[in-house]
Amino acid sequence: MSEFNVNQIRADFPILKESVNGKPLIYFDNGATSQKPKPVIERISSFYTHENSNVHRGVHFLSDQATNAYEQARTTIAQYINASRSQEVIFTKGTTDSINTVAFSMGETLNPGDELLISGMEHHSNIVPWQMLCERKGTVLKVIPVTPEGTLDLDAFDALLSERTKLLSIIHISNTLGTINPVEYLIGKAHQVGAKVLLDAAQSIQHLPIDVQALDCDFLTFSGHKVFGPTGIGILYGKKEVLEPLPPYQGGGDMIDQVSFEKTTYNGLPLKFEAGTPNISGAIALGAAFNYLTSIDLRGAFKHEHTLGTYLRARMREIPGVRFIGEAPETSSTLSFLIGDIHPLDLGTLLDKQGIAVRTGHHCTQPLMKQFNIPGTVRASLAFYNTTEEIDQFIVAIERSMHLLS
Amino acid sequence: MSKSINQIQDEIIEEFEMFDDWMEKYEYIIDLGKELPLITEEKKTEDRLIHGCQSRVWVASEMTDTHLVFTADSDAIITKGIISLLIRVLSNQTPKDIVTSELYFIGKIGLQEHLSPTRANGLVGMINRLKSDGLKQLTP
Repeated sequence: MSEFNVNQIRADFPILKESVNGKPLIYFDNGATSQKPKPVIERISSFYTHENSNVHRGVHFLSDQATNAYEQARTTIAQYINASRSQEVIFTKGTTDSINTVAFSMGETLNPGDELLISGMEHHSNIVPWQMLCERKGTVLKVIPVTPEGTLDLDAFDALLSERTKLLSIIHISNTLGTINPVEYLIGKAHQVGAKVLLDAAQSIQHLPIDVQALDCDFLTFSGHKVFGPTGIGILYGKKEVLEPLPPYQGGGDMIDQVSFEKTTYNGLPLKFEAGTPNISGAIALGAAFNYLTSIDLRGAFKHEHTLGTYLRARMREIPGVRFIGEAPETSSTLSFLIGDIHPLDLGTLLDKQGIAVRTGHHCTQPLMKQFNIPGTVRASLAFYNTTEEIDQFIVAIERSMHLLS
Repeated sequence: MSKSINQIQDEIIEEFEMFDDWMEKYEYIIDLGKELPLITEEKKTEDRLIHGCQSRVWVASEMTDTHLVFTADSDAIITKGIISLLIRVLSNQTPKDIVTSELYFIGKIGLQEHLSPTRANGLVGMINRLKSDGLKQLTP
């Protein structure tokens, strides 16, 4: 493995050579989705060219091969997140699907008055499934407040925890603020009152090393497409002893043991939670994404990304009238900001004209926008294939846009 | 005799032919926003707000004897320029002409990218609103 070199890494991501509006693409929308390295793109193509078949049906050669590749991907991902068993890794459609699975299946075991704890900086996908559960089961949703600087109010968190708390479902890194939450503390405290913990790692799996045994979370969710894999595939990790007693989420093929009209019995983990033909090529290509990550100098990549994040914040502070939304001491390389009274949409539109992709709007965190009393933000979210030169060009493009918008 | 919808569209296309750079084009769109006939503050109500835009856009319409006159506003200045262009084309026309108009100038001046239904600035929503205001005048 050679030492991290951003130019070598960029060569692995073909899309980074594209032009947009006649300008070289600067892709700063990694929080929405990441770009894909060649091994991932090629894996999808080679699967459909040489191996395509349905899995777990295996009397013939191709099906055996597809099943092996699918299960190998599960093992690869289990090893990457340090799950103790690969059957604790369930393939889903993405983070939203993973959270909905837990909300349904664990929800079936809850009683009216049981409490669910989330935070004020959750993505809608970690709010709405719990609200739906509360309507269905009479459980109660509690919300940890967010401080003006964009961190969790830990005193309020301590006060909200009680023996009624059955689940803490919390975002690891805020997709809007970039805040890195103190998850070890949160998980430890929640376990003290007997609550289970779901960690939404959609914005952390691609930025930090994740070790589910060290974290001791009961569930971990993320989307494949944000960690250099394809869309439509994601992961629900769950501890075996936590997942096993839960009823299945969806019924259908693959998730059953025996079906009769009198009584159907269910398959064991992980297939109990994988009803129907899964996204086979997606799962295999997600495995390829994790193989890619372990093939590069990942420590060096994360370090580079941290440097970029610090540089971005420092350069952005030079912009007159800039306001950061989220000033937590621990942040990822994601930055939400506003400049004077410039509307985020205006700035986003002009940046796009200069070849720069950023996100504008509420970032699926409307309650958070309401708290900060803003309609939305401009968000730059970086990945390890970005460069300091791109940040310099970003600053120039912002200044040029400001000139037009003033 | 005021100009027809297509005469105004052709005028706009001609104006935009002067620009070969996106920056000049957007500078002009922003300038056009300053000519927008503004909706009065008390008319900025929920029912006049166009949904599906990241920015807020309000549109009001009022009939003179035979023609429909639009006013509007937005909190984003590019959006304000775009609605200003639409109103320049469609305001002070008969409801029938508004409803049956074909807005070919959008593609010709290079704003077709804003026509995608998921595009956050909601040009499609604006056009639908102007036309549906026209339609309301035609249906008793």
